Amino acid sequence: MEWANVILQGILVGGLYALFATGLSLIFGVMRLVNIAHGDLIVLAAYVALLCVTQTSIHPLLAIFLVAPVMAVAGYGLQRILFNRTLGADLLPPLLVSFGLSVIIQNVLLQIFTADSRKLSAGAIETATLPIADGLAVGVLPLLMFVAAVAIIAALQFMFYSLPIGRALRATSDDPEVARLMGYDNRHLFGVAMALSLAVVAVAGVFLAVRANFDPALGPSRLIYGFEAVIIGGLGNLWGTLAGGVILGVAQAIGAKIDPGWQLLAGHLVFLAVLAFRPEGLFPKVDG
Amino acid sequence: MPEKRLLDIRNLDAFYGAFQALFGISLYAERGETLAIIGANSAGKSTLMKAIVGLVTTRNAEIRFAGGELAGRPTQQIVREGIALVPEGRRLFRSLSVEENLLVGGHLHRPGPWSLANVYDLFPVLREKRHQPSTSLSGGQQQMVAIGRALMANPDLVLIDELSLGLAPIVIRDIYAALPRVTAAGTSAIIVEQDTSQALAVANRVYCLRGGRITLEGTPASLTRDAISAAYFGV
Repeated sequence: MEWANVILQGILVGGLYALFATGLSLIFGVMRLVNIAHGDLIVLAAYVALLCVTQTSIHPLLAIFLVAPVMAVAGYGLQRILFNRTLGADLLPPLLVSFGLSVIIQNVLLQIFTADSRKLSAGAIETATLPIADGLAVGVLPLLMFVAAVAIIAALQFMFYSLPIGRALRATSDDPEVARLMGYDNRHLFGVAMALSLAVVAVAGVFLAVRANFDPALGPSRLIYGFEAVIIGGLGNLWGTLAGGVILGVAQAIGAKIDPGWQLLAGHLVFLAVLAFRPEGLFPKVDG
Repeated sequence: MPEKRLLDIRNLDAFYGAFQALFGISLYAERGETLAIIGANSAGKSTLMKAIVGLVTTRNAEIRFAGGELAGRPTQQIVREGIALVPEGRRLFRSLSVEENLLVGGHLHRPGPWSLANVYDLFPVLREKRHQPSTSLSGGQQQMVAIGRALMANPDLVLIDELSLGLAPIVIRDIYAALPRVTAAGTSAIIVEQDTSQALAVANRVYCLRGGRITLEGTPASLTRDAISAAYFGV
């Protein structure tokens, strides 16, 4: 039962990692942009949530509904003003610009909020549990994170495969030049994709802030978790990304169970194993 | 009678960076006309198509379409004005099904005769394969999807670049057989071809390109084989 508990907790944490990864996967899928600032944007969202909560004394989890639109609008602007100018045949310029953005976000946060670690307190829900069997219980908050991840991925899948905007994004991803011939404005579509990405980032940022302490330097390690979940799951497949997050979460939980010092190492080892033996990921997009 | 002219290009120079690909092209198409543009490889035919829709940089050009000026405007706006291009090599959206490719073509909802049902009537084989990945189709069927995708935009003018290149003769015949129905629906067409005989059979007028310049123009009936050969090969 002890191991069942370990694996269950790992699966639920995997939901959070999937949330870190989904926005990253979406942006890479649509415009081949590797967003190095993704982790810092998650932390930025956590601080935006902190501001919302301190200014309006709204419940932290409800702050998601304020932070998500704010981050989505910021994402659209960021894409139109900054990233669209860097996109082209070469993958390097957008990569370098996002790296620069990462440094800027970290330092601006450091300047405004100092290096002190902060946390959002969500009250009783943080420690609430649901017993599911004798000696086995799930925390309400981790369960909520996992459910949110599944709901967001299901919604994105529905959008991509059943709505006109999803068709437009897939078409632009396939062939940006021919997409223009269909009358699409790619700059706008890329803006929409970044807005969606940062709306998901907002959810991830709020959960990050409620779950544990955060500070301005936390971004890059969240980026690593996101990258690892994307690569393990396989590029271009959002359900694969969820599976990748879960595998990472379970590996970390098992590692921690064996020895607390092995938690992060175990996750990285699984990632390395996938990269070595199945570099296309476990569930790559089937492309006919 | 310039009012009858749907497309009127004057003095078009086109460039890839410093390299000049087209020199002083002047060309027009009247409403309801089918034009054929013939010429050997690298004569500038595809560049001309791309220049019309704004995918290639032009200089000095006047490109009047339905009374408005197109030169210098972005591709996505030109398409809204009513020009659709079937690109060389079909270039269907790989991750989209046949029907999704057609729907993407029609997403602007420009009013006109073409709808999913009409495109399926034009190319019945596509109806059977509507839910298949576009990549699973034969080259000829992909060309039908590419043409259908362009028609879904309900353009006043459809440009078909290298209509028959790399396709089986029997499919080429089917596609050419469908063209009169396209123009009968009120859509003018410019067809780029290396296969001269097919193009001459359907075209009202022909332009021949060589080395980025127009070397011959006229109606198919007025042009002798020798004149075409001379314009095509420069001999």
